[in-house]
Amino acid sequence: MAIESHVLICGGSACSSSGSNNITAAFKKELEAAGLAGKVEVLQTGCLGFCEQGPIVKIMPQGTFYVHVKTEDVKEIVAEHLVKGRVVGRLCYDPSQAENPHAEANIPFYKKQFRIVLRNCGVINPEKIEDYIARDGYKALEKVLFEMTPEQVVEEMKKSGLRGRGGAGFPTGVKWESAAKQPKGQKYMICNADEGDPGAYMDRATLEGDPHSVLEAMVIGGYAVGADKGYIYIRAEYPLAIERLQVAIGQAHEMGLLGENILGSGFNFDIELRFGAGAFVCGEGTALQHSIEGKRGMPRPKPPNSVVAGLWARPTVINNVETLATIPVIINKGADWFNKIGTPDTPGTKVFALTGKVNNSGLIEVPMGTTLREIIFDIGGGIRGGHKFKAAQTGGPSGGMIPEQFLDLPIDFGSLAKIDSIMGSGGLIVMDETDCVVDIAKFYLDFTVEESCGKCAPCRIGGRKLLNYLTKISEGNGTMEDLEAMERIAKAMCKASLCGLGQSAANPVLSMLKYFKDEVVEHVVDKKCRAGKCTKMLKYKIDPAKCKGCTMCARQCPASAISGSVKNPHVIDTAKCVKCGACMNTCKFGAISRG
Amino acid sequence: MAKLTLADLRALRDATKKGMEMRDAENKGARIIISMGTCGIAAGAKETFDAFIEQLLVRGMTDVLVSQTGCMGFCQHEPTIEVTVPGMEPTVYGDVKGAAVEQIINTHLVGKAVLKDLVLEKPSVDIIKEA
Repeated sequence: MAIESHVLICGGSACSSSGSNNITAAFKKELEAAGLAGKVEVLQTGCLGFCEQGPIVKIMPQGTFYVHVKTEDVKEIVAEHLVKGRVVGRLCYDPSQAENPHAEANIPFYKKQFRIVLRNCGVINPEKIEDYIARDGYKALEKVLFEMTPEQVVEEMKKSGLRGRGGAGFPTGVKWESAAKQPKGQKYMICNADEGDPGAYMDRATLEGDPHSVLEAMVIGGYAVGADKGYIYIRAEYPLAIERLQVAIGQAHEMGLLGENILGSGFNFDIELRFGAGAFVCGEGTALQHSIEGKRGMPRPKPPNSVVAGLWARPTVINNVETLATIPVIINKGADWFNKIGTPDTPGTKVFALTGKVNNSGLIEVPMGTTLREIIFDIGGGIRGGHKFKAAQTGGPSGGMIPEQFLDLPIDFGSLAKIDSIMGSGGLIVMDETDCVVDIAKFYLDFTVEESCGKCAPCRIGGRKLLNYLTKISEGNGTMEDLEAMERIAKAMCKASLCGLGQSAANPVLSMLKYFKDEVVEHVVDKKCRAGKCTKMLKYKIDPAKCKGCTMCARQCPASAISGSVKNPHVIDTAKCVKCGACMNTCKFGAISRG
Repeated sequence: MAKLTLADLRALRDATKKGMEMRDAENKGARIIISMGTCGIAAGAKETFDAFIEQLLVRGMTDVLVSQTGCMGFCQHEPTIEVTVPGMEPTVYGDVKGAAVEQIINTHLVGKAVLKDLVLEKPSVDIIKEA
């Protein structure tokens, strides 16, 4: 019997945790009951990106896009949509679009996106190699092995202008060329899947949704540089990605797309997984290699660079997941095609994990050169709760806070470096007026201090010092001299730290001092936090004239800090107050103020 | 599974590609919408639907979107279908079953000509004009 429709259910980590596995099971059961079991194929795909609206179910060929689907809804979708062809309007993202068969194209979240890395995410079943092959999978490998010399592959990569998507933006072709030029002998390809920025999950989604694209690119890279062994260094906290990679490696082996004599070409390449225990510093190339070697994950001074003496002192290429996933498409469509996408500085696209105070958090892919405004307001749907935009943090704890004045800046590696931030791996955290810059900087420093390996003094001591100053300021004890000291320490860290972690750890502080100085000075001089986040400085007060003595606040207070008798004004004992704000939220008479 | 040769891989890709294109809502040329109200189903719309899917697959015409809709109102002439081919007016056919499926594919989709015998008028257009 021929298949008439496909039900694609998002099986990324986000949708899985909101119950998409049960939905898949429910679909299979209901379709069986409706007698459509052989006609409708149900498959779990990788992340569709619209995590905010998950679990997501997409019905093909109509392209109808259902959001927030619950198991209870499955029966209706089967009975209405699949049996009778009537779209279930109440489950559409925008019910007024229910009549339009190409519903996804009408969702603003998708309109400005352009998918290269995520081309197969949400389309294929990631655990089925046939699905990947059907979407031109392993075609680039074919072309490389049978039609191109290793030199031509390197040349094509150089021409494409692809820059490493892990954060630093080093040209991939140049990296491959250096490794290829090393004397013959054992060389290694490493895929860096040690994604550790808070809020970032681009690599996880790519590996969960399209593991074969990364495997294919690693074989291509191995062919280009003369390596026959690859490692994927992935953190153990990504169980679903690991599982799908293992399935994919098994299938590729069975089909002879990995292992010895690939496709009869005489080229050998094998891939193994190595699990990281979740240390942020192990995302740094040299620390990562130490971890694979079974040593403690600590960076070493460079040179020699990894391409000269990397893993076990052999020439090693380390590429990030997103970089690798782009490569098969470049080989298939050519460097010239790729060059036309994005900006001259950085051709291609970038995947961002959009999180924080936006309406549509999720996974997006846009051409380089897209502005922050387009990402946050068009794709992200604006700031949650109608608040005002304050800053966007790119590059996680290694990046800077980008203020409103740069919202229209086209994003690429060069433009972000000019405003003291970095592209980073693609975490994009949006902050609004209810976020405090001191508090945010403190959060990131807390993270980098925790994750610093302690090998070099600038990072170990400098980071701790910065965190202490930030804590002091947030508690209302900061001085103007502290601000100067912070700037000095931050600049020293940038210059003198051993690896990227320490060199970039001060970025949040530097951008805070540069773009949000007013707010910091307010903390220091006026002892005031305009966002109300630095709770140590807050004092809650009850206005006796407005208080009716209803006792609501006293009952809400978790610290029993409010006293007073019925129908008489109440008083807050500031020594006991934990500054949670529960009283202020509960007061019906607006008698409680914060300052 | 045995290890693939280059030719095997290419054959596998070709074989799986067609099924994959069906999942794609973009790049569709013609559209066939089959009316599947209770009346349509009773008159055999499901069989018509299956026949279209099967025939198109046999011919490798994976760019044609086949989809259902509710009752179009021509209950007397079910199964009713609407065929939209780029560059041609949308056309509604009635009593589409059996050999009619192949005729429509051959004449309308491939030949780009309207199959006059099976065409149902579109009264609503006239009514709207008069009003």
